[in-house]
Amino acid sequence: MSDIKQRPLSPHLQVYRPQLTSVTSILHRATGAGLSVGLVFFTWWLVAAASGPEAYGVFSSFCRSLLGVALLFGWSLAFYYHLANGIRHLIWDSGRLFKIKNAYTAGYFVLFFTVAMTALSWVCIMGKY
Amino acid sequence: MAQFTLPQNSKVKKGDRYDVANGAANARTFKVYRWDPDTEDNPRLDEYKVDLGKCGPMVLDALIHIKNDVDSTLTFRRSCREGICGSCAMNIDGTNTLACTKDIADCKGDVKITPLPHMPVVKDLVPDLTHVYAQYETIEPWMKADSPAPERERLQSPEDANLLNGDDGHGPAGCILCFCCSTSCPSYWWNGDRFLGPAILLQAYRWIADTRDEATGERLDALEDPFRLYRCHTIMNCTNTCPKGLNPAKAIAEIKKMMVTRR
Repeated sequence: MSDIKQRPLSPHLQVYRPQLTSVTSILHRATGAGLSVGLVFFTWWLVAAASGPEAYGVFSSFCRSLLGVALLFGWSLAFYYHLANGIRHLIWDSGRLFKIKNAYTAGYFVLFFTVAMTALSWVCIMGKY
Repeated sequence: MAQFTLPQNSKVKKGDRYDVANGAANARTFKVYRWDPDTEDNPRLDEYKVDLGKCGPMVLDALIHIKNDVDSTLTFRRSCREGICGSCAMNIDGTNTLACTKDIADCKGDVKITPLPHMPVVKDLVPDLTHVYAQYETIEPWMKADSPAPERERLQSPEDANLLNGDDGHGPAGCILCFCCSTSCPSYWWNGDRFLGPAILLQAYRWIADTRDEATGERLDALEDPFRLYRCHTIMNCTNTCPKGLNPAKAIAEIKKMMVTRR
């Protein structure tokens, strides 16, 4: 009889097929973490606005840089995703949407909403500047 | 802290190849997880090319064929071969299911078979279920009633019985404790020591929802814990994978709802 501690652990992430529901779940956590970091950036915006034109100019020019635009685009994507999927979670908390078919439909809707709203927002932004 | 990679002694190595299809047109390759406790070797993935004309239609039929005709040391649990005992639960083609009710024709390409995920392996496809059984015991899965026993059975209305059997026959009483759901749950992988997991919580709900049981409050008290219940993040791998078509995620949501509404 071999020692129980020597027993191998069976494969998990290595073999388990990703499902729409599990992918939307991990994305919810990832976007939540990303948005928390975004709060620091948001604070910079508020502090810059309160500090006067010079400080705001630094902030503003960063936002127009390639890195700034990329970050803002990522945060807008994360924001819409986290918002829509958060509502999906609220509906789950009420005991609804648990049939696999309905959970999947809502999941696809969340993805569609994220892409559509992000695209719409950036079309508006690009139109203004 | 969750460890996303396998420990050193658990990494799966390439295994042996056996071609017993004899050039049959209707052949399929099965990649089967093997681990022998009597050696110091790591687990390996053996490949068996099998003539599907030589065995029945289900994955379990292929495993039995391999054990009978190719390698008798292949070890797995099986009993009823009709999806009611829950013994042959394993990971097939990337999701957990019962080998006896999984049609080989429903698998894509080579059929990869590994034990139920994130479990200590006893041998080959046999996981050690000691911990889940111990967790099952903690929810006290028997009827508790203080009121005097009636002359005959304690009766239920059809509506009350449906809380257990489900309107569609897929209620919590249909659970066969195969643990496909618990071992599909990433939360259970990372926190299985303290999180009860979908199978046990579905059973907990089966007793909470039973109108004959009088310990509902006590049962809810026992689950009011950041780990035991609330590590469920509605990932829904459990409901997706249940070979009996049950809905553990929904049962857990109902428990969470009761926690709030009883305040």
